[in-house]
Amino acid sequence: MDFGFRLAPSSAINLDEVDLELYRKAALLEPDIRICMACGSCSATCTASPYSGMSVRKVILCLQRGRKAEAASMLRNCMLCGKCTMVCPRGINTRHLILSICRVYDDGEGGK
Amino acid sequence: MIYQGKQKIWSDYQKDMPEDGWFYARSCIRQNFFPASEKYFLTICRDVLGKDIIDNEHHTTCGGISYHSDTIPQETAMTIVARQFSIMTECGCRNIVPSCITSFGNYTEILETWREFPELEARIREMLWKSCRREFEKPEYVAHASDLMYKWRNEIAERARYRLVDKETGEPIRVVEHIGCHYSKMFPHKGIGGAEYPCVLSGMINSWGGEMVDYPERRHCCGFGFRQYLVKANRGYSISNTHKKFESMEPYHPDMIITNCPGCPYFLDRWQYVIAEMEGRTYGRDGFGIPVFTYEEVAGLVMGYDPWDLGLQLHQVAVEPLLDKIGVEYDPKAKYLGLNRKDIMKPELPKGLRCF
Amino acid sequence: MKQNVVIIGGGIAGLEAASQLLTLGYSPIIVEKSERLGGHVASWHKLFPDMKPASEVVAELVRKSADANIFLETEVESANLLRGSYIVNLSNGVTVRTGAVLITTGFELFDAHRKEEYGYGIYDQVMTNSDLEGWFNGNPDKRIDGQDMNRIGFVHCVGSRDVKAGNSQCSKVCCVTAVKQATELKERFTQAEIYCFYMDLRLFGKKYEDFYINAQRDYGIHFIRGRVSEVSENIDGRLIVKAEDTLSGKPVKVTMDLLVLMSGMLCGKDCRRTASAFRLETDSDGFFKSRDNITGITESGRPGVFYAGACTGTKTVPETISEARSAALAIHNYLKDA
Repeated sequence: MDFGFRLAPSSAINLDEVDLELYRKAALLEPDIRICMACGSCSATCTASPYSGMSVRKVILCLQRGRKAEAASMLRNCMLCGKCTMVCPRGINTRHLILSICRVYDDGEGGK
Repeated sequence: MIYQGKQKIWSDYQKDMPEDGWFYARSCIRQNFFPASEKYFLTICRDVLGKDIIDNEHHTTCGGISYHSDTIPQETAMTIVARQFSIMTECGCRNIVPSCITSFGNYTEILETWREFPELEARIREMLWKSCRREFEKPEYVAHASDLMYKWRNEIAERARYRLVDKETGEPIRVVEHIGCHYSKMFPHKGIGGAEYPCVLSGMINSWGGEMVDYPERRHCCGFGFRQYLVKANRGYSISNTHKKFESMEPYHPDMIITNCPGCPYFLDRWQYVIAEMEGRTYGRDGFGIPVFTYEEVAGLVMGYDPWDLGLQLHQVAVEPLLDKIGVEYDPKAKYLGLNRKDIMKPELPKGLRCF
Repeated sequence: MKQNVVIIGGGIAGLEAASQLLTLGYSPIIVEKSERLGGHVASWHKLFPDMKPASEVVAELVRKSADANIFLETEVESANLLRGSYIVNLSNGVTVRTGAVLITTGFELFDAHRKEEYGYGIYDQVMTNSDLEGWFNGNPDKRIDGQDMNRIGFVHCVGSRDVKAGNSQCSKVCCVTAVKQATELKERFTQAEIYCFYMDLRLFGKKYEDFYINAQRDYGIHFIRGRVSEVSENIDGRLIVKAEDTLSGKPVKVTMDLLVLMSGMLCGKDCRRTASAFRLETDSDGFFKSRDNITGITESGRPGVFYAGACTGTKTVPETISEARSAALAIHNYLKDA
């Protein structure tokens, strides 16, 4: 029956059900994915960020929360200019990280 | 779950309520939703237990429903409440006992506001005088009607005809409690048992033989939320909250839900029909729902009043499976007979939710 | 005849001060309300930053202060200032005349029951940082022993930075304690996913940041920025924990097998008696008020009454020990001139 309204979808993240497979695979290739402390330097300096929403910090967070499609759509805008690697205070090789994540996507997700 | 831990918290949040001098403030919507609940509060507490409670026809809505629906400013609600206090004073009562949780929250919030801003109280006194030529004393004590029934729960248990027990197995009936948000979430110390683990309803249930079921979304709002239901565009998220509660309580197979708010039992009851139609999901056994009761209805049932006199035929979810489980005597054919056995007509039965 | 110094509190501050005062030629008298020395540290397992066993620290301090007079299960009943000396009456009937008094009454852990929404003492699988150290020390605990440990949560700031809980201050050592305990649990339950729910990570001390990086990189501890709002128990007796993942801007929910509450540090309630005996003032944070919070932390402003350790505010173990030495020196300078 159509009541003119429906159950609203929930935005809550249920960590019990989060699929961490991609995150774990990326961590095998680049373990430093784990040491991001979400300071945001990478996004602040990112050439692509203001125009496309690209953010290395958010890509990592998305993978940690199982939001693979969002991570992929952000990554597509990366120009690999390397500025994020220069500013990362934890010394994460973000270039290697980005390429590692892309490789994990290519292997398992058909390049989506 | 460590029961002693809850008892410790309960002992921190007890109310020392006066025994007499009560002015009963009725709800604006409960008499439509649960037409016998207020009557049986008075029947049980005033007439049977002999408590000193005055019911006066001159009082009105407390204005809380409009205040929470954003249709009147709080000053208006305050002036309405001031008029209620004035009638209470006129009746010679010192204490007020509202039937509705939002009224209880409204009275409590207004008294607290006046305590913090005495100039506002002075303005409201002036407004009441200008509009009605009335003056008032503030109540010495504000209790919700469920607080009083909690206070007198063992006196009710002594007179009970039935206990909340499965008559076949002797096992306690499994009860989910639902406390209205405006009971203690605003002022935890005004609620028996506090806001996180209230015991106002669980105390009644334990006293009357049942067993409380604690489930993960127990503290969650029923979803009514006033504007959230009243504005149709928001109704989806109103029902989503109710849905969340039912999904969370379903694994515990509760036999019934007891509530102390006007909106909660109404929505917990009616939304089960809507969820059944929308999602094809029901939460009781064999396609039935989980019956939802007001605390007065539950008190009336254990005292042995006729379920149809208690207005249970107005519930959406069928109450008969529970009545059978407890062994309450009733005449199935009399369900839709009103006063003087006048036919009040049987409603069309829904497809998704099994009803009688 | 050696001069007496009464030390109230036989925790690490009291012990260290006693050993220094012994070296300086005084006769320290330690008054300890409990039946053993070492205070909170004695019930702790390992100490950051180098995971030194707490028992070694306490044993070393007890050994160095062994020549002091020690009264266990004893409290100060009253004290009177008489011609530059205090006459201190103890609950064991002993009266001591002393030129100086050192207050080392320390802190008490925030009572986690008071954060009702976290269900400590109500839900079976909720414990505190202190309970967990007890388990590390070998105390059996049915919340851990024999339980599946697939997901474990740590809640930072329980009773700290919480005006409603009566303590607006940061307890400062809980962040690193949580990180330490998370890695220790991960070593024992390697398959478990461990989550720390924090508001800010305040890792200020020597090598604390290394602890954090190691916890992330080597132990895979998940850090979620958001305060836990509510805990409930599901039908299996496991915990449902709700918070906001503030970095994602979304509510987050997770089922846990164990939740550890990082109880903060408060000035002890029974310190009030000490405070009234010596007419000491309380600072706005609830701890004892020093003469000056920069240059005179160990001085009370009352003649001959000194402080050391967490009675004037949250402190780490090395900070407490340094302060105890500093207080011993201050007492020596005071008595030398008196």
